[in-house]
Amino acid sequence: MGGIFLIPLLLISPKTYCTLTISGLAMGMLLFLVASGFSLIFGFLSVLNLAHGALFTWGAYISFTSFSLMNRWTGWGGSESFLSNMVIFLLSLLLAGLFVGLLGMMTERLVIRPVYGSHLFQIFITVGAMIFLEELIRVLWGPDDEVMPVPISFIGSLDFFDIVVAKYPLVAIGVGIILYLSIYLILKKTKIGTIVRAGVENPEMVQVMGHNIYRYFTGVFAIGSALAAIGGGMWATFVKSINPAMGGEVIVFALIVAIIGGLGSITGSVIGALMVGLSYNYVAYLVPKAALGITMLLLVVILLFRPTGLFPEGT
Amino acid sequence: MDKPILKVEGIHAFIGKHHILQGVSFEVKEGQITVLLGRNGAGKTTSLRTIMGLVPISQGSIQFKDQSIERLRPFEIARRGIGFVPEDRGLFNLLTVEENFRVAMLEENENTKKRLEMIFEIFPDLRRFWKSKAGILSGGQKQMLAIARPLINPNELLLIDEPSKGLAPIVVDHLIEAFHRLKEHTVIILVEQNFYMASQIGTHFYLFDDGRTVHHGRMVELIQNEEMKNKYLGISTIPSRGIQD
Repeated sequence: MGGIFLIPLLLISPKTYCTLTISGLAMGMLLFLVASGFSLIFGFLSVLNLAHGALFTWGAYISFTSFSLMNRWTGWGGSESFLSNMVIFLLSLLLAGLFVGLLGMMTERLVIRPVYGSHLFQIFITVGAMIFLEELIRVLWGPDDEVMPVPISFIGSLDFFDIVVAKYPLVAIGVGIILYLSIYLILKKTKIGTIVRAGVENPEMVQVMGHNIYRYFTGVFAIGSALAAIGGGMWATFVKSINPAMGGEVIVFALIVAIIGGLGSITGSVIGALMVGLSYNYVAYLVPKAALGITMLLLVVILLFRPTGLFPEGT
Repeated sequence: MDKPILKVEGIHAFIGKHHILQGVSFEVKEGQITVLLGRNGAGKTTSLRTIMGLVPISQGSIQFKDQSIERLRPFEIARRGIGFVPEDRGLFNLLTVEENFRVAMLEENENTKKRLEMIFEIFPDLRRFWKSKAGILSGGQKQMLAIARPLINPNELLLIDEPSKGLAPIVVDHLIEAFHRLKEHTVIILVEQNFYMASQIGTHFYLFDDGRTVHHGRMVELIQNEEMKNKYLGISTIPSRGIQD
């Protein structure tokens, strides 16, 4: 299946292909961050969280505010030092993750918990939460777009043997890989991770074995929200802007990625995200108007052959 | 020794609008394997699920070691020392056998290691398939895993729902052997449709009919009572191995 992503080489030059591939991988990593949280929440809690996009937007705004403030105090964002740039960037993402993780915990306790088991009410209530959270952004930050500050050393591109590679996508890929490996190792190697994977398969049985499943629900919701927030901060840096409705644009992609990958599967989310990121970038270059269509086509083709997605729940 | 470890008194329970349990009472003592018998839909599985807190009761009481547990949540009941093996086994098929035990394990110490060795003696296949995913095990091995899992904790009571379901007679024989060894370690309440198995391992029985407990006694008495077996279990002749009449 991977070979299909070599087809664009028949239509574009190898150098352009490499540039688009890096960009596609970066977009994929950003989508993975948003989608993995959504996938984990649906797989483990069986909750359709349509407010996930709003949490992504909150992450972008918290990242924007914290970066701007820290840069004002330290000047690290405008410094030529890659290390200073990286520190302020990562700190802003961390703050976004922590804040929105807490927001996610509150959302789970107050909004989601009363409607466990009813997907219809989950849709109603999470759409309501989404509207509330978006409007709160407009109240606090205003309705207009803002320019997202980017650390100096992330701007521009590198030249590898005449292949132009933008710098920030490399950072995004690196951060994405580290986060994926961290989540993967936690899920595979720790007891908490094993219990979460068990809960994706059978939450009732996890309870009956003596674990307070509701505490795990809150934890997973918080982590899923934090991932969305980090994705929001990184996406905002990628597109260099933020606006209160940005979550709505990305959540569609995140949903597609989560479904393609298999709901509840982290590995599925990363594979699905990379597939969407790559295909979107190649087609956007060749036939811009068909870029969104290719994503939908990918979804249809995958589901025709694998109705539960590429990876079953819990893998 | 004579005091019941579990006492269920006059419990009523609904599932949706259906009044499933309409006055169920039974008790179990240490050293016993108590079998809940009755036709399909009589309320046996629901009784186990109410003990485990998975189905709330509308009336009655459930006491475990003299403490009321009917209002506790399932994880709290499990932590009191009650293990549960549901009818569908409740295995985590995508996790390995080892990981299934890891989820079940509430604490890890020297005693846990000793219990694991005991489990391997009774169910040696589990050691062999330790790193394999639970989903690839045979039906019999899956049942062994399902029954062995709660034994990793010092549970004083084990609730098991239809352990012989779908198993070949030779596997049922192995299971019977395992139960004879298990009763030295824990009190067992069993729901079982296979009367041969029930009669081989049960020391006491309760008969269920239409959501009520209608008879109880020692298993040897039921084995000899053709009229009761015919009326409540639909067994009309001398019981055969693995045949449900």
